[in-house]
Amino acid sequence: MSLKKVYENQPKDFVFTETNLKLAEEILKKYPNKNKKSAVMPFLYLAQKQNNNWIPLAAIKYIGKYLSMPYIRVYEIATFYSMYNLAPVGKNFFQVCTTSPCLLRGAAKIVEVCKNKISKKENEVSKDGLFSWMEVECLGACVNAPVIQINDDYFEDLDEKSTTKIIESLQNNKPLKPGSFRGRKNTAPEKSYKISGDQNA
Amino acid sequence: MPKIVINGKEIEFENGMTVLQACELANVEIPRFCYHEKLSIAGNCRMCLVEMEKSAKPIASCAMPAAEGMNIKTNTEMVEKARKGVMEFLLANHPLDCPVCDQGGECDLQDQSLYYGFDKSRFSENKRAVQDKYMGPLIKTQMTRCIHCTRCVRFVEEVAGVEEIGAIGRGENMEITTYLEKSMDSELSANVIDLCPVGALTSKPYAFEARPWELKKTESIDVTDAVGSNIRVDTYGWEVKRILPRVNEDINEEWISDKTRYSCDGLLKQRLDTPYIKRSGKFIKTSWDEAISVLSEKINNLKPSEIAGHLGDMISIENTFAFKKFLESIKVSNFDFREKKFFINPGNKQNYIFNSSIQGIENADLILLVGCNPRHEATMVNARIRKSFLHNKTKIYSIGDPGDLTYDYTIIGNNTKIIKDIIEGKDNFTDKIKSAKNPMIIIGESALELSSGQFILSGFKNFLISNNLVKKDWNPLNILIQNASTVGALDLGFYSISNGENFTFFEKLKNKEFKLIYLLGSDNFDFKKNDEFIVYQGSHGDRGAEIADLILPSPAFTEQNGLFLNLEGRLQECRKASYPINDVKEDWKIFEMIILKNEQKKQFKNFNDLRDQAIQNLKNTSNIGELPNFTEFTKDNTNSTFLDEHVKIRDIDYYFSNSISRSSKTMSQCRDVRVKNLKEGTNN
Repeated sequence: MSLKKVYENQPKDFVFTETNLKLAEEILKKYPNKNKKSAVMPFLYLAQKQNNNWIPLAAIKYIGKYLSMPYIRVYEIATFYSMYNLAPVGKNFFQVCTTSPCLLRGAAKIVEVCKNKISKKENEVSKDGLFSWMEVECLGACVNAPVIQINDDYFEDLDEKSTTKIIESLQNNKPLKPGSFRGRKNTAPEKSYKISGDQNA
Repeated sequence: MPKIVINGKEIEFENGMTVLQACELANVEIPRFCYHEKLSIAGNCRMCLVEMEKSAKPIASCAMPAAEGMNIKTNTEMVEKARKGVMEFLLANHPLDCPVCDQGGECDLQDQSLYYGFDKSRFSENKRAVQDKYMGPLIKTQMTRCIHCTRCVRFVEEVAGVEEIGAIGRGENMEITTYLEKSMDSELSANVIDLCPVGALTSKPYAFEARPWELKKTESIDVTDAVGSNIRVDTYGWEVKRILPRVNEDINEEWISDKTRYSCDGLLKQRLDTPYIKRSGKFIKTSWDEAISVLSEKINNLKPSEIAGHLGDMISIENTFAFKKFLESIKVSNFDFREKKFFINPGNKQNYIFNSSIQGIENADLILLVGCNPRHEATMVNARIRKSFLHNKTKIYSIGDPGDLTYDYTIIGNNTKIIKDIIEGKDNFTDKIKSAKNPMIIIGESALELSSGQFILSGFKNFLISNNLVKKDWNPLNILIQNASTVGALDLGFYSISNGENFTFFEKLKNKEFKLIYLLGSDNFDFKKNDEFIVYQGSHGDRGAEIADLILPSPAFTEQNGLFLNLEGRLQECRKASYPINDVKEDWKIFEMIILKNEQKKQFKNFNDLRDQAIQNLKNTSNIGELPNFTEFTKDNTNSTFLDEHVKIRDIDYYFSNSISRSSKTMSQCRDVRVKNLKEGTNN
């Protein structure tokens, strides 16, 4: 992943909505007052949620002032973690896992599908504004490789066909259920194997 | 003391030392990039790896605390291999552009790769490239060369106190930048250039000017403020190419302010190279003979009481003394060094110096600033206060509002009333001062400019003496002097004070009693010119020369030897690094010429004679580089006027505070940037 670029058209202002302000106050309570800087990560996450899944510079300033820390420190954190987006993303934000287990199970093919169906380049919002995709490191669901995280949900055990299906379903606004696409329940084995006479493998 | 074995040699070390420091004690050199004595430990360059017995892996010596019984080896095959490996990784992404890099010749990476590195590169992939960042008019960046030691990040956070540089991104994509590439708002920003071990941050004004081995290096001191930072002046022929800090733990540690470092290009511009005389509103070049005869004719036609002398801000002790001797030889008694009407009490040396000493700030546990802004008036003193604030959690209070000082402080009042209350014990702050072990009261020139200036100075002094706070090893009374020449002038008696009247000179000036005013390098002295004949003797065509009728050119501080007393009263020598241009004559020689014209005897045999006589006239001064001796401190009589007034801290135009910096292109760029980019609250 290359260094995140700051989006050109930045909104001028950013303030937490009333509900988020209450949440922010709740978060602050978790930390002693002298360490209130620790709340920067949940704050950035809140800001990202509030602003269509990306963090504008105004929010970085707002959080810096809120937690009385220098802007550069907030900015450092926002650029360090790949989970913070500094530019707008599609309504359905595809995070395709390309770490070894997923790659072995065919993540490269899924990336190809994304390139063809969504946009040629990573982090590019599709023309209709519905989609954008990016490669990410391990999502921690290696048992169900390959995996895509779409917004907050995991779509697992994918192949080219099922990925295309998911994209089409989202285009038609009839989203499919997240989870395994090979009929597995959570991470349970697909067939009942017998090992030394036991039912549970 | 605990013992450690280094390369088979047992040595003692102090508790709290790291392995690297212990190795230095044993005279074993450890290569390093990220480690720096004055900064916190990062441990991320891995160049300082050493072998420790019973450890399977090499350890980073800069971050490992030394412990009793450790057995460290630095000359084994394992260490050699580790260094080579680290070096190879560092060089993997470092461009091979040494021939066009300004760091060449003084580059840590270059030197260490020669001694500890691999001779060939095995890296055939593409090197990473990073876009250059804008960091203001002083710092030139070439970020592809950066090895991510984070010295600059730690410096601005810890020493400068303006958190504006950071590392964004991560892993291979990590980049060092200021927030959104804004320029840094710090008076110490250019020190990151010295700290950078590679050519990533280099000096913008000095870019491609010279190689370090071509320059003549002269150890000198800075005179742009009264701190007397130790500097090294690098010259190429006549030109002063750059100014670098010299380590002096007592004064500037190893930093210098941006003004000290970069006003040197002002030495090349606006110079006065030959005598000028004003005829019908125009300056006309003239010869020394003519200029001197015009001047001595003027002097002979006037009564001594109609002649006045004023001393500038960057004049050495010798020249001050020669000026005073010259004025006395023509029986002139009206002279002063003050640019603003601030109260002085020259009776005792301790009335006008920084008694606790700059190093002493680190021992203070309470600091009270009275009408001063140390950040602009004495940047290096401010850096020390910040150090004390960070490491000892020193409580800092202020009377008057100095603005952002890069550390937290409490304003306890804005009026002089609070001072009276403290002195009379009516305010609870009195107890705070009394209960402090090493309190410090720093009085600025702005406070002494007030009508109750005398009250503030003698009030605090008497308060401290009567509460037994003045001890032999700790004097809490400090005056923050702004100009390099001030302490010397006070020592040599270059002021006009008649009984009880502190501002005789200013009164006479106001009453237009003077017909001839002789300005020796004084460009900040702001007065309304009437029909006086003004003689300006100095190096730069600045404010003084503008109003002058006769200009006598003299060399700048880098072009003549001279002694200076800094604000602590420490005697230091400013050495001649370059030679005077064209037809310029040294200040004391000009006075001799005028005296000889009047057919009097020469006053000094040579410069050494002048220096000897000047030193004899200084008050309780010890050797060069040392603080003045302690003398008994007595109370002043207390009948001074008190007026309840607002303590206004006069803001000095930091980048434009003297004639050299006003002529400097770099300084005016810095000033423009500061005026345009007002800060938006990144301060703590």
